[in-house]
Amino acid sequence: MRSNAFWRSGEHTSIPRRAPKIVPDGSARRSAARLARDAIFRMAFAVESYFRLFLRVARACLSRPFYRGDLVQQMDTIGVASIFIVMLTGLFTGMVLALQAAVEMERFGATVYIGRLVGASTIRELGPVLTALIVTGRAGAGMAAALGAMRVTEQVDALRTMGVDPIRKLVVPRFLAALVMLPVVTIIGDAIAILGGLLIAVLTLDFTAQLYINSVWETLAQTGFVLTVIPIDLIQGLAKPFAFGGIIALTSCFHGLRAEGGTEGVGRATTRAVVTSSILILAVDYFLTQILLVMFQW
Amino acid sequence: MNDHAPPGAPEPGSEAFEAELRDEIRRELQTHGDGSAQSEIVELRDVWLSFGDHEVLRGVSLRVARGGTLCILGGSGVGKSTILRLMLRLLLPDRGEVLIEGRDISAVSRPEALALRERMGMVFQGSALFDSLNVFDNVAFPLYEHTRLGDGEVRDRVEEVLSFVDLDPTMVLPLLPSALSGGMRKRVAIARAIVHRPPILLFDEPTSGLDPITTRRIDELILKLRRELHVCVVVVTHDVRSAARIATETALLKDGKIIFSGTPEEMHATEDRYVRAFRG
Repeated sequence: MRSNAFWRSGEHTSIPRRAPKIVPDGSARRSAARLARDAIFRMAFAVESYFRLFLRVARACLSRPFYRGDLVQQMDTIGVASIFIVMLTGLFTGMVLALQAAVEMERFGATVYIGRLVGASTIRELGPVLTALIVTGRAGAGMAAALGAMRVTEQVDALRTMGVDPIRKLVVPRFLAALVMLPVVTIIGDAIAILGGLLIAVLTLDFTAQLYINSVWETLAQTGFVLTVIPIDLIQGLAKPFAFGGIIALTSCFHGLRAEGGTEGVGRATTRAVVTSSILILAVDYFLTQILLVMFQW
Repeated sequence: MNDHAPPGAPEPGSEAFEAELRDEIRRELQTHGDGSAQSEIVELRDVWLSFGDHEVLRGVSLRVARGGTLCILGGSGVGKSTILRLMLRLLLPDRGEVLIEGRDISAVSRPEALALRERMGMVFQGSALFDSLNVFDNVAFPLYEHTRLGDGEVRDRVEEVLSFVDLDPTMVLPLLPSALSGGMRKRVAIARAIVHRPPILLFDEPTSGLDPITTRRIDELILKLRRELHVCVVVVTHDVRSAARIATETALLKDGKIIFSGTPEEMHATEDRYVRAFRG
């Protein structure tokens, strides 16, 4: 395929573009091998564009101009507006965990450890992952739809014609806001989940609140502390949402800025953003857990 | 919501008024004797462009003199809007030069290209107003981005350009784009394009989707821009009547090539079959 404006388009690194579709020449039926090759080509192009976007965003985070107003607005949209739904999710997750744990642990007379189970599973895994998935569905979809709509209605091009870098104006505030707010809402979600477990423990299992809270604290304390007061479990619980926040913002903006084909294209971009973000969150969660386990030698 | 015509505005349909205005523009162009006024401000030299295996432009050459209005005509999908994107460096040509005020925007560095972009104002086909901002913030956007004007000066400038495009500032300033009619959105887009006083204005299908009366008003506004602000205007359109009203030069694009170039009168007089078929 010849080199053309698509590949060399002005500031091609600033807007993640879709790989050009391979047009069949009509002379021969496309073989399965060729279809596979095209699919791999498009996927490789998308991965390259994704990392290119990440590098541009990282560079833009370190240099002027900054859009502080947009950053505050996005912190509100991504973080503050997600708190209620994250609290609801956390509450029911904690309650279900406590109920299920009670059923299993009663067999071994170990119901006293319910607080440990709820605390450890919530802070290390369920809290960060569930919160990230909820924020993906709520704020990530919104980001992709908003940027997709801006793209198909030429608002992104309008920004560029006015000498404004869409990455700085649109992506960087969302990226930074997600990095900051995901850990915040995760902590809130964790706290509410532990509270949900407490409700079940006290109301249905006849635990005292003190016993349950001590049990949760023992879990946090057993893995040790950083700077004498910060439990290592909490570090893990905050490292993950930090990474997930970046993934949600970057993936959603990436798909939003690649939207094409009118409102239908915006819908497709939004679906892709949610699906890709969710898969990346679950995959990165596994690798992050491995890394953190090695780092803190559990 | 209706458009608001200025008091004393020429009646839509006044052929005599438009003809007189066009002649006035031509006279002005001819009487500039300082050389700069006659120099090409926008020029494409042998521009080739393809998307994949599809050749969109094949050796297109165009030029617009300072103060002129060029209408690029052609059917749907022939690459008219692509030419505007090349002028703004939203695309780069495979071959050829895109000169803006004598400098090849496709060959300069990115900061230089940004500086050249600030010399242009673009009105998109769908207006491309920012949905989340009200009219004031939309029009003030380029000023807040590229100037250090105080809030009062920005407000004055915004009100001035909104009045210029025949909109009542007190009424439209707080409105969101979704609350505006198609004609008003187009006017706000024009106000945004001229608020930083660029010498070059680019219009992508400015009258597409508008009723005949609003179309006339937009055409009159483009003539007024040329007459009062002395800007160079490039208009991409498929509306031959509109082009005849506003253009000092026309170019007809077909199969990636300019198959006709000349004044609207020459276009009207030509015997070329395709041109005749196109003008209907």
